[in-house]
Amino acid sequence: MSVASRSIGAALDRIEGREKVSGEALYAYEHVREGAAYATPVQSTVAKGRIGSVDASAALAVPGVLAVLSCENTPPLEARDEELALFQSDRVSYRGQIVAAVVAETYELARYAERLVRIAYDEEPHDVELLADHPRLYKPEQVNPSYETDTEQGDPDAALADAHVTVDATYETPSFHNNPMEPHASTAVWDGDGGLTIYDSTQGSAPARGTIARVLGVDAERVRVVAPHVGGGFGSKGDVRPQAILAAMAAQVVRRPVKCAVTRQQMFDVTGYRTPTIQRLRLGADRDGALTAIVHDVVEQTSRLEEFAEQTAVVTRMMYAAPNRRTTHRLVALDVPTPSWMRAPGECPGMYALESALDELAVELELDPIELRVRNEPDVDPESGHAFSSRNLVACLREGAERFGWKGRNSAPGARRDGPWLGGTGVAASTYPARMRPSEALARREPDGRFVVRIAAADIGTGARTVLTQIAADALDVEPARVRVEIGDSAFGQAPVAGGSAGTASWGTAVHLACRRLVESGGHEARVDSESAVEEREPYSRHAFGAQFVEVRVNAETGEIRVPRALGVFAAGTIVNAKTARSQLIGGMTMGLGMALLEEGILDPRFGDVVNHDLAQYHVPVYADVEEIDAVCIDEDDPHLNPLGAKGIGEIGIVGTAAAVANAVYDATGIRFRRLPLRLDRVAQALA
Amino acid sequence: MRPFRYERAADAAGAVELAAAPEAMFLGGGTNLVDLMRLGVERPALLVDVTKLDDGRIDETPDGGLRIGAGVRNSDLAGDTRVRERYPVLSAAVLHGASGQLRNVATTGGNLLQRTRCAYFQDVTKPCNKRDPGSGCPAREGEHHNLAIIGWSDACVATHPSDMAVALAALDASVETSTRSLPLLDLHRLPGEEPERDTVLDHGELIRAVHLPPLPVARRSRYVKVRERASFSFAVVSVAAALHVEDGTVADIRLALGGVAHKPWRAERAEEALRGAAASAESFARAADAELAQARPLRENAYKVPVARNLIIRTLSELA
Repeated sequence: MSVASRSIGAALDRIEGREKVSGEALYAYEHVREGAAYATPVQSTVAKGRIGSVDASAALAVPGVLAVLSCENTPPLEARDEELALFQSDRVSYRGQIVAAVVAETYELARYAERLVRIAYDEEPHDVELLADHPRLYKPEQVNPSYETDTEQGDPDAALADAHVTVDATYETPSFHNNPMEPHASTAVWDGDGGLTIYDSTQGSAPARGTIARVLGVDAERVRVVAPHVGGGFGSKGDVRPQAILAAMAAQVVRRPVKCAVTRQQMFDVTGYRTPTIQRLRLGADRDGALTAIVHDVVEQTSRLEEFAEQTAVVTRMMYAAPNRRTTHRLVALDVPTPSWMRAPGECPGMYALESALDELAVELELDPIELRVRNEPDVDPESGHAFSSRNLVACLREGAERFGWKGRNSAPGARRDGPWLGGTGVAASTYPARMRPSEALARREPDGRFVVRIAAADIGTGARTVLTQIAADALDVEPARVRVEIGDSAFGQAPVAGGSAGTASWGTAVHLACRRLVESGGHEARVDSESAVEEREPYSRHAFGAQFVEVRVNAETGEIRVPRALGVFAAGTIVNAKTARSQLIGGMTMGLGMALLEEGILDPRFGDVVNHDLAQYHVPVYADVEEIDAVCIDEDDPHLNPLGAKGIGEIGIVGTAAAVANAVYDATGIRFRRLPLRLDRVAQALA
Repeated sequence: MRPFRYERAADAAGAVELAAAPEAMFLGGGTNLVDLMRLGVERPALLVDVTKLDDGRIDETPDGGLRIGAGVRNSDLAGDTRVRERYPVLSAAVLHGASGQLRNVATTGGNLLQRTRCAYFQDVTKPCNKRDPGSGCPAREGEHHNLAIIGWSDACVATHPSDMAVALAALDASVETSTRSLPLLDLHRLPGEEPERDTVLDHGELIRAVHLPPLPVARRSRYVKVRERASFSFAVVSVAAALHVEDGTVADIRLALGGVAHKPWRAERAEEALRGAAASAESFARAADAELAQARPLRENAYKVPVARNLIIRTLSELA
């Protein structure tokens, strides 16, 4: 079944690049040029309570306003997915929740009239603050997606008591907010027969179809979700967001196509965010640095509406060898929006804490942090006992050390100074699971000798369309120019979301199988469902690994932190496209720099929401913040993954970056900051 | 956004006449005003576009200074060779603000009239004395880590966001309006009991130009800005400084701070302490302390005091 690898591995330019930069690529809000009406949400201004009354008269009096939807006049929805059950209750569960909507002839009119809708609330006291000792902490039945909440092996308490060296440190991360360039947007069109087409900004047209149909109470066969281009998602478009339901409801009411896009500010309320975490790490080690105990206790939040249990400590279960281990997760349901998916959910915040604690242990032991990690490299997955399909963490650390110039690092904090600037370097490990999910795909031979591949995949800026074209071309043994890959349409069958770094492995396998079947059958069309290929996989522990190296400069007089160099070395199996892979990896690392230094949802507990809800206040890195940055993939041949040997690279780039930065800042200053981000004011205060 | 009427003024007199209408506002580059209109913070009934006025030039004045038309775009101001030679602090300050795209659009007059970026001011669902007088100031006890340490009142702890204005404050600039001329330092106000008034301008009063006097000390000047990221963010603290040293003694000095107050802050106490003093790190530290003695940090912005102190000392030391 193997084919000559001609396209796979090449640095092929993004196929739709010209379409995108020339503005020809249509995004969800741009479909349907004429006849559409516009819906805008009205958000709650209290964090908890009940809606007493909705006075829409002033809004409805504005010429061009078509309708005002609220709990007082909206027909029932079928399903009770709480964040999507718009207007189904008079209960307000968080500040910023969508409690009404205006539909108008233009977007501007809708925005204007939105402020004329008068809602009276019966306000109740709210509780929005995550506290390590919150009285309502509870143990969820499982953590995302279906992991055990707590695990324990051996006797970690006894091992900690007996350890030669221990670390006991608590790390805090704030809420982080996805801000894809394209806002969450939908255009909904009902046909005359009760069929619905939604152009949606989604990471998965097929799963979105199922959810939308269920919520609206429509047969899934009558719903089509179309998303050929998506301007970023990072997980926040992995679930259906309320604007899709709102567009569909409004289109039903006004009997016209309706568009709805959330504003940048609304993205901080209604499209998910990464939960804040409070993580206590306890490590015990013998005098040689061999870990004897690892305990990772996590406190995080969910909403009153739905449970979302970020799997923050799950990564600690497989990362390092130690005979005595415990991980726990506790949640508190607050009067806040429901947390959701954000690049490397679980691994990203969890590895910040674990890799920071490892660095603290290395300092205690006066041991090189790379050497400490090498000494704790497990032979098999410490939790499951399964063999790793491949695990090249040590190779990444060694290769990175060589490229970065780690050898001879002066480990005395504060030893390098240039004027006000203190210099330091740090390292941390990265990892992310190599998942694969079942998908359908179709391959067809065209009369002119070209090929068409159809799969309900999503390209959220990752390069998925290009990568799938390369995979198809090799399977068909033709040039990529002879293959057209069509994606982003639920009519193309079942396919998983662009999530869990599983796109290439999942869709790529289905595309590969469909193309091979077409070639081998000699027919005109071949359809596959990769379910059996997924189910038949041997029980290996499958993960990508990496190592991140960061150099920082910390201004001792002002608290400014600059990152002159960042290097990531990754082992992720076959790299299908060297160019888009590098972009993905350095993109993840850049997002990690933002997490480390800048990003923070600032909660005002009196009001209950995030006050810095725009990109002038919620800072993400700009070009000037990213100086020399590079990502390198080492050769890794893993036969236990999928026909492509690919592990997925969408998320591992953000895993470990923040720890590497914080470790470098410790190296520069001798101060251990255990709360993200390492914002200028906190650094300046500590250095003053 | 509230529906509004739009008029494009052909000349200054026409602009002033149009803007006499209630709820009228001038529209320059719109880089701040249009955002605030979208947010519902500004709700003009009439926008008077002044970008077609003939005021986009920088001219020499008889006394050897420069007259910067109110319509001069920030990029053009920063790139003007006369400005770069005679007032490098001004060019640098403009280039430290916003982004290249915004500077291409933003005007000199509009830059002076930017509103604060305080989070509560920009959110119409929350109280704010500046936006809605008498409603309260949530920033006083809330999110204020980048707000004022000097000159604030119980009614308002906002800062003025402009970088350009900080340089102008140091350069003894004056502002020419449709009715008068006033020192730039008198244009912006401290919040006091009327935080809704950022400036002393009357309704419908149009900024026509900024005048820079001849100022030899400004040839050796610089702008240093501390911010949370490397570019495209507002000052945590900034320093505009010009220094002339003769025989190891401070012969002339101009010093202003940004990011610390409701207006660009001329550091008069520091200047006073330094005139005739030794141009040494010790004097600079004493001068910084003299200025910052009046700082009253809020719960979460005490860090600005040492940052401002360090920045003053370092900037002056590098100029000396």
